[in-house]
Amino acid sequence: MEVLKNKFSGFMIPLVSVILGLLAGAIIMLFSGYDPILAYTALFNGIFSNTYVMGETIRQFTPLILSGLAVAFAFRTGLFNIGVEGQLLVGWLASVYVGLQFDGLTPFLHIPLAILAAAAAGALWGVVPGFLKAKYHVHEVITTIMMNYIALHVVNAIIRSYLLAPGERTETIHQSASLASAYLQSITDFSRLHYGFLVAIIGAIIMWFLLWKTTLGYELRAVGFNTNASQYAGINVSRNIVLSMVISGAFAGVAGSMEGLGTYGYMSILSAFTGIGFDGIAVSLLGANSAIGVVLAAALFGGLKIGALNMQSVAQVPTQLIEIVIALIIFFVASSYLIRWFSNRLNKRGKI
Amino acid sequence: MKKKYGFLMSAVLAAGTLLSGCGSADNNEGTQNEGGGEGNKNDFKVAMVTDVGGVDDKSFNQSAWEGLQKFGKDNNLEEGKDYKYVQSTAASDYQPNLSGLIRDGYDLVYGIGFLMQQDIQTVAQQKKDAQLALVDSVAVNENGEPLENVASITFKEHQGSFLVGLIAGMQTKSNKVGFVGGVTSELIKKFENGFKAGVKTVNPDAEIYVQYAEDFASSEKGQAIANTMYGKGADVIYHAAGATGNGVFTEAKNRAKNGEEVWVIGVDRDQHEEGMPENVTLTSMVKRVDTAVYEVSKQTMEGNFPGGKVTEFGLEEDGVGIAETKDNVSEDALKKVDEYKEKIKNGEVEVPKTDEEYETYVSSL
Repeated sequence: MEVLKNKFSGFMIPLVSVILGLLAGAIIMLFSGYDPILAYTALFNGIFSNTYVMGETIRQFTPLILSGLAVAFAFRTGLFNIGVEGQLLVGWLASVYVGLQFDGLTPFLHIPLAILAAAAAGALWGVVPGFLKAKYHVHEVITTIMMNYIALHVVNAIIRSYLLAPGERTETIHQSASLASAYLQSITDFSRLHYGFLVAIIGAIIMWFLLWKTTLGYELRAVGFNTNASQYAGINVSRNIVLSMVISGAFAGVAGSMEGLGTYGYMSILSAFTGIGFDGIAVSLLGANSAIGVVLAAALFGGLKIGALNMQSVAQVPTQLIEIVIALIIFFVASSYLIRWFSNRLNKRGKI
Repeated sequence: MKKKYGFLMSAVLAAGTLLSGCGSADNNEGTQNEGGGEGNKNDFKVAMVTDVGGVDDKSFNQSAWEGLQKFGKDNNLEEGKDYKYVQSTAASDYQPNLSGLIRDGYDLVYGIGFLMQQDIQTVAQQKKDAQLALVDSVAVNENGEPLENVASITFKEHQGSFLVGLIAGMQTKSNKVGFVGGVTSELIKKFENGFKAGVKTVNPDAEIYVQYAEDFASSEKGQAIANTMYGKGADVIYHAAGATGNGVFTEAKNRAKNGEEVWVIGVDRDQHEEGMPENVTLTSMVKRVDTAVYEVSKQTMEGNFPGGKVTEFGLEEDGVGIAETKDNVSEDALKKVDEYKEKIKNGEVEVPKTDEEYETYVSSL
């Protein structure tokens, strides 16, 4: 009985948070002189009204799933990986590099190779904070944030010195490394939908399997629950911390390859962070750090972001409003204690 | 009687809109047009997509929107329907924004800024019927041939930068001037080299500090760079850095409050306002994105869409120049500006665009 109830509240809190977030967004719109009904209709149409926007929505949430998985995976081991953004950038560059350098491979070899390169680069960026944490107890929040900036500037410097093409970017990758598909584009009226969404789903399955069906996953989760107890039980805590950051970084790197091999097919010199890595934190929080939760949360946020474009175009509501709504949703999830208290209150009343 | 008729008309149209319900966006928009417009002779619809700087960047996005607003008002178009802007918060938004406006039936869609080049090129090749315009860059296909359905708009920024360089070179007291660039690129290099050439022409001994923020949207970086340059003794800084340049103004104003005499040269629009109340704007290099947007919109509405062509706005077309507000510019400097304006127009002076051209220009002085 208790288990059932827990499962129910695990689903209910995100749901209530989303509804409250949208309601609060409507109130803000009312106060700022916009029409919330028109805006939300436009938002909805901007996600579902035609195949183009549906394709774009899937395209938008593909990397979000993977960055969400990256954050969630580290979180299961009790680590806050704020460095997903940086790991994503190096992954993006690595995938583009492999896509550019190897010519004449079949797609069946080239694409996995490029994705693996991205995973390796992300893992490399994750191993540094993992090692510092395990060996010297340097807090990973500090180091991962710093690694983000290192990644941004190193990646820009590499592109500028070695891979520069006209337009402040790299050349476009070879067709054999591209996840883009003429077929998917033709059924979605030229959206940038690509086969990356399959990669993201596979990623979610891998995360679930690794955490719940293997000894390694059991150890990782044990470390997340209580490091001292794990140590006492004979689990090598340091090794697990490093490993967790490596796997988390690998997910983040693959998220970057979705942009490199799918959406763009190249990498631009970035003047600022993409935000996909930071959104991953929100996704994993709303998704309660579970694989299926992350997929659903990413779909929601991806949809909101694409729908926001139409909302702006039709109802003149700034796209920033959606950022506020997302922030509010996270706020309500974080203050889930309040929601739980209310629902317990209601349940008790019902019984009496 | 007329009123009643109008009401009936709109009721019928409203019913039509409702009934057509799931019809494509184009049809809906079309109906609203006829219903809402009073003096609306034609149903020309034009829209622009901003880059990540946003429509209030106090720079070229804003300037483009001002041009579009003027065009809309002059032709009795309705804002939000017949002419409007859509902002992009991330680079990945460019393509859906452009495609969305085309699907909504806009006759002409602008992409503002060279950051949008790739996306314009992609969309233009997918939607052959669409009419697009790209500001600050030239749209081409894979073979480097111009795309027939894109009007490319570029500016001779080096010419305008040369003129403000003359002013900077003449009015600096410390003989040290600075240039703050946004992102190292072919485009911003035109600003840099034009400016440097202008300074050196009138003041060969002047020292010129050049630094790029590698960011168009970080006023903190702009402020930090300006702090260093003013600290090293520069008293005039020219910025070509979009919103990053706002930090240069902040720093200059802080120093002006402490009694230092420092100047900023604005970019893209007349940035006199940005320098107030401390009055630190020496002049601005104006790039008439608004004129360009207005002109191309007008041509397109009249059926002369300049697709596949590069429309270049230079001194001759009044596309670039120095700002209207000339309060802080000395008489001598203005005379020099007029003198060189003529020389550039009649080809006597060829203003350098690239680093190599600059080297040759300076050695020829």
